[in-house]
Amino acid sequence: MTDPAHVQSIATEQTAAAPPVVDVRDLRVHFKVHRGLLGSQLVKAVDGVSFAIAAGETLGLAGESGSGKSTVARTLVRINRPTDGSVLLAGAETARLSGQDLRAYRRRMQMVYQDPYDSLDPKMTIKDAIGEGLSVRGVPRARRKSEVEELLARVNLPVALAGRYPGQLSGGQRQRVSIARALAVSPEVIICDEAVAALDVSIRAQVLNLLKDIQADAGVSYLFISHDLSTLRFMADRIAIMYVGRLVEYGAAEQVFSQPAHPYTQALMAAVPDIANLGGPRPAPLPGEPPNPASPPPGCAFHPRCPLAVDLCRTVAPPLVRKATGQLAACHVVPDAPEVTP
Amino acid sequence: MTAPPEGSFLSGQLPAAAEEPAAAAELAAAYEEPGLGRRALTSLRRDPVALISVLAVVVLALVAVFAPLLAPHNPLQAYPNGLSADGAPIAPGSQFLLGTDPNGRDVLSRLIYGAQVSLLVGVVATSLASIIGVLVGGIAGYAGGIVDSVLMRITDVVLSFPILLFCIALIAITGPSTRNVMLVIAFGYWTYLARIVRGLVLSLKEREFVIAARTLGIGHSAILRRHILPHLVPAIIVYSTLGVATSILIEASLSYLGIGVPLPQASWGQMISQGQQYFQSAPWLLIAPGVALIVTVLAFNLAGDWLTDLLDPETTGARR
Repeated sequence: MTDPAHVQSIATEQTAAAPPVVDVRDLRVHFKVHRGLLGSQLVKAVDGVSFAIAAGETLGLAGESGSGKSTVARTLVRINRPTDGSVLLAGAETARLSGQDLRAYRRRMQMVYQDPYDSLDPKMTIKDAIGEGLSVRGVPRARRKSEVEELLARVNLPVALAGRYPGQLSGGQRQRVSIARALAVSPEVIICDEAVAALDVSIRAQVLNLLKDIQADAGVSYLFISHDLSTLRFMADRIAIMYVGRLVEYGAAEQVFSQPAHPYTQALMAAVPDIANLGGPRPAPLPGEPPNPASPPPGCAFHPRCPLAVDLCRTVAPPLVRKATGQLAACHVVPDAPEVTP
Repeated sequence: MTAPPEGSFLSGQLPAAAEEPAAAAELAAAYEEPGLGRRALTSLRRDPVALISVLAVVVLALVAVFAPLLAPHNPLQAYPNGLSADGAPIAPGSQFLLGTDPNGRDVLSRLIYGAQVSLLVGVVATSLASIIGVLVGGIAGYAGGIVDSVLMRITDVVLSFPILLFCIALIAITGPSTRNVMLVIAFGYWTYLARIVRGLVLSLKEREFVIAARTLGIGHSAILRRHILPHLVPAIIVYSTLGVATSILIEASLSYLGIGVPLPQASWGQMISQGQQYFQSAPWLLIAPGVALIVTVLAFNLAGDWLTDLLDPETTGARR
């Protein structure tokens, strides 16, 4: 079910800022899962997600495991094929590209993966891994050595590591190499899918700072996916919260963190441990578990766990609309922003 | 609580940490993995069975290559003095070290030239089988879908025949010759490697570094060449070594049945076949090629096992 009102609202949200680099409209990714011998089931991993990222901006995407946030990332870099919806990159439709056009598109949208132990080929030296990106961009062989060294310097790695294999590097170093490899094709957008989740806290901070520096230098946009809200708070200009394949809240980071509108977002924020408030009273944890995306509950997918749920929530899925606090949220109960009459 | 509010991650500030790269680089250098050659030597020193089997393979290869220099007699020549007065083969002695066969030919020389045939058939047949197996398995695993189904059903059909029976049937069609024996064995054996390679490729193509290469915009053939094939090499080496043993055994079986390497060329299987009629009066005719065959097959199998441990196809390339 396409919801024109909600697609529209994302676009108006964005017009205030610069025109978006990435404009995702009503993205749907459905998987057919075979069960038993004959049965099959449609899993709506992503079901009508819209967002936009401006040049040099970071969108933080948060949600529990199974909420579909990684599927969004994998669909943007086209590991998965979008079932429906549109993905505009600098205004051009890309959702149905294939062949050479797809390869050209891939250069512009890069991803840094979660597992620094698996995202680099263990049988390839660091300089070859980065050089591969350069070759895709068409950098002549003779210039590759110097460009590899430049990229290593840019991610604060010693040039001496160029001849090493990933197995000889630490997790943080490997993640820097991944970043350098992504930068080698000079993309407009870099998607970080839990890119720092596997790193120690101190190294995590360095990598995050590095990403910020690169953004300041090169003006790349990030889609930063994490289940860790403190990381997102540090990185993101704008936040989107996903629950079972849909956005439940979307707005400026400041707004979402200071006044979360959706009850799910509120519960997520409350669950973050706060050192300043250790030993103090803790809010009751969210009851239950996220539903199986193969069979989400009718109406608002969150209603079985929601403290505010009313009868309407059990039958009708709420649209993502502007709330009184300023951001967009999908909830029947939270009061909408007052109608502005033109 | 003494922790200052700035320490809280929700405050939006992350602490800057000490510079890590330089220190970690030194650490990596200290833990540098020893090279493959060095690891091979160490494991051979610790494992006498492996050492003996690898030495046996090397000696066999040398014997095969230098057969004309090592053989004391012409393997095809029926020596008049190679038979006793009543026409029986001569027992091992000073003139014929391993005795003679019923035609008066020198058994040791035939054994040495037989090694040449065995190793030639074993190596060529296995190489051909590996090439076909890697191509079929690699394409099936990487392409998936209908291509995979078609290629794998063909593989299953070939695999469903007992390999020896399959080879006998093919030889019956093509006629026995050394070349045909090699082709037929290759045609029967590639399926094993195809299955293994397909399985490896199926899991490799889901690995993040392959997906990362794809999203970097690298073409399929370059991904197969640069990111998939290098990870298959250990498995290919291991299964080829085991394949040489199997091929030698099949060649011996075919020659034993009289449809392998044609006479008068010497081959172990054919020598066993001839010798079994005389095993009471001239047991060396059976024992010499029999022992040679057992030692060779055992040596290749044990060397293959050692290579499996050394190259470890299960964990090579996986996280350590």
